[in-house]
Amino acid sequence: MTTTDSKRRQIAGRGIPVTGNDIDTDRIIPARFLKAVTFEGMGEHAFEDARKQNPEHPFNQPAYQGASVLVVGQNFGCGSSREHAPQALMRWGIRAIVGGSYGEIFFGNCLILGIPCLVTTQADLEWLQKAVERAPQQQVTVDVEKQEVRFGDRTIKATIPDGPRNQLVGGTWDSTAVLLEAGAAIESTAKRLPYIVGY
Amino acid sequence: MARTLLDKVWEVHTVRTLPSGQTQLLIGLHLIHEVTTPQAFQMLKDSKLKVRMPERTFGTLDHIIPTTDQTRPYADPMAEDMATHMYRNMKEFGLPLFDMSTGKQGIVHVIGPELGLTQPGMTIACGDSHTSTHGAVGAIAFGIGTTQVRDVLATQCLAMAKPKLRQVRVEGALTRGVYAKDVILTIINQLGVKGGVGYAYEYAGPVIERMTMEERLTVCNMSIEGGARFGYVNPDATTIDYLRGRPYAPAGPAFDRAVTWWKTVATEPSAQFDDVARIDGAAIEPVVTWGINPGMSVGVNQSLPSPDAQPEPERPTFREALAHMGFEAGQPIKGARIDVAFVGSCTNGRLSDLRVAAEVAKKGKVAKHVRALIVPGSQQVAKAAEAEGLHEVFQAAGFQWRKAGCSMCLGMNDDKLQGREMSASSSNRNFIGRQGSPTGRTLLMSPAMVAAAAINGAVADVREILR
Repeated sequence: MTTTDSKRRQIAGRGIPVTGNDIDTDRIIPARFLKAVTFEGMGEHAFEDARKQNPEHPFNQPAYQGASVLVVGQNFGCGSSREHAPQALMRWGIRAIVGGSYGEIFFGNCLILGIPCLVTTQADLEWLQKAVERAPQQQVTVDVEKQEVRFGDRTIKATIPDGPRNQLVGGTWDSTAVLLEAGAAIESTAKRLPYIVGY
Repeated sequence: MARTLLDKVWEVHTVRTLPSGQTQLLIGLHLIHEVTTPQAFQMLKDSKLKVRMPERTFGTLDHIIPTTDQTRPYADPMAEDMATHMYRNMKEFGLPLFDMSTGKQGIVHVIGPELGLTQPGMTIACGDSHTSTHGAVGAIAFGIGTTQVRDVLATQCLAMAKPKLRQVRVEGALTRGVYAKDVILTIINQLGVKGGVGYAYEYAGPVIERMTMEERLTVCNMSIEGGARFGYVNPDATTIDYLRGRPYAPAGPAFDRAVTWWKTVATEPSAQFDDVARIDGAAIEPVVTWGINPGMSVGVNQSLPSPDAQPEPERPTFREALAHMGFEAGQPIKGARIDVAFVGSCTNGRLSDLRVAAEVAKKGKVAKHVRALIVPGSQQVAKAAEAEGLHEVFQAAGFQWRKAGCSMCLGMNDDKLQGREMSASSSNRNFIGRQGSPTGRTLLMSPAMVAAAAINGAVADVREILR
């Protein structure tokens, strides 16, 4: 992926709403799929048990196939740190998420994969969920840089903290290279820690 | 200005401020296990990167290992493949692995403190959300994903934002039959499962101060269930006594020098917090969860809440929880029939947990319809428990005595719920499908309460059994 490609200024695509609060990462990807030593094929198992139990689950519905903007409720992705959750969503096709709040480890895992998770108000969230349900073929635009979401003729405010936004917009979310740039400062920081140099 | 432990530990581990505005934070201790690392090692190989500080990473096997027959190859070929990858990667990158042959294997959050790897003032990361456990000794310890594991391996650093800090004070004193698990379940119930998002929790107050280290580990373990990525307790005499003599703790005069430093990292008395929450310890009862997240709980003598009494946005989740569990609003939790009892996990799989469960197990026999498992958190816990004869107490009462691992906390090995089985569990999550069956049901409670439920065949008040 080139530097230009990695910039996540805005993401546009069809929406898919998954309503309900506190949807945990066990629900997004059950633990039995964590026994694979690669993330390949994880996309087909996104919400697997929830989909089996509920034929009406949005991930089952033909209208939402090919969607890339996930609209969720409060505390989405709480629980387990498993990166398999955002990996499954990403490999299913999700490129951006709009919700009320997120489990913080999930948020960080999405960030390092270049998936912006934006936060909006409960009222705007309910409106967006319903709007996407009514017009699943219509494009949702998640503007990370301007911190807004556009759908039809309406624009809602949707925020993301400065640090993650700068990483996404600047294309530095895949952080290894940036962290390595610190060079010897890493070792000099370690040297001021008594538990590393010896008490 | 007076500073908190979070301020001090964060500052001393700050490598630099990144162009994004985040902190490049040095990770002093990196713990790894077989499930969330194979992809990280592969990314490292694909990028031709080395492990930056191999002496700062330690590994174990816990999530997928069987708790019955541990002969290789494992019966489950996928588990065997995960173990093989772990052995190969640890060898290739020159990292130590506490496997079964070492006698030090166990759940990563049990062995870290047990070996004295976990120390005050450290930053600790692990590809596991319950890394918050290690905060009990006064460390900043949090869970990360697999790509972040790659970053820690390659750079010993993470790009992080410093959270706000909430002091959670547990005042007064606990009553008999109430344990650390009841304290943290009460905190989560009162502050909410997302109450801690954006915050770290500093646990304080007389109840926390009086707790043993193992009790503090239970409390900090479930910080993440309250939304807080990490929580900690300031190091004190209990911390120092706990660490003295542990294999990876400093020894001799170095221990005294370490103690001097540990004391300097504690929060100063006049430090300010972004928020303070107070919990009345005397009012805490034995707690049982009834729903599908750890905040959905009641005291054992209370009835289930009505969805209609909740704020509008919360009602669908409450209705979904009641439907999944097969419960009705207003019914008492006491008397709810169980099929499985599980004592173990990084929350409650330590020696003191097994001791208290054994005390209850002495009072009766496991009900005929209940399958009851005792899974020690580590090989060392198992050894110490066996030295006290606890395994015999359990076996005589009809509990199965298993080998150390994560087991039925998340059902990645053979220890799973079947169908709609109802489990009384000392673990940390009652999420739908968590214990290995998509339709399985989980009631979280303290180890004493699990043992009581096992004997009674249904949720019981352990205080009535211990009377």
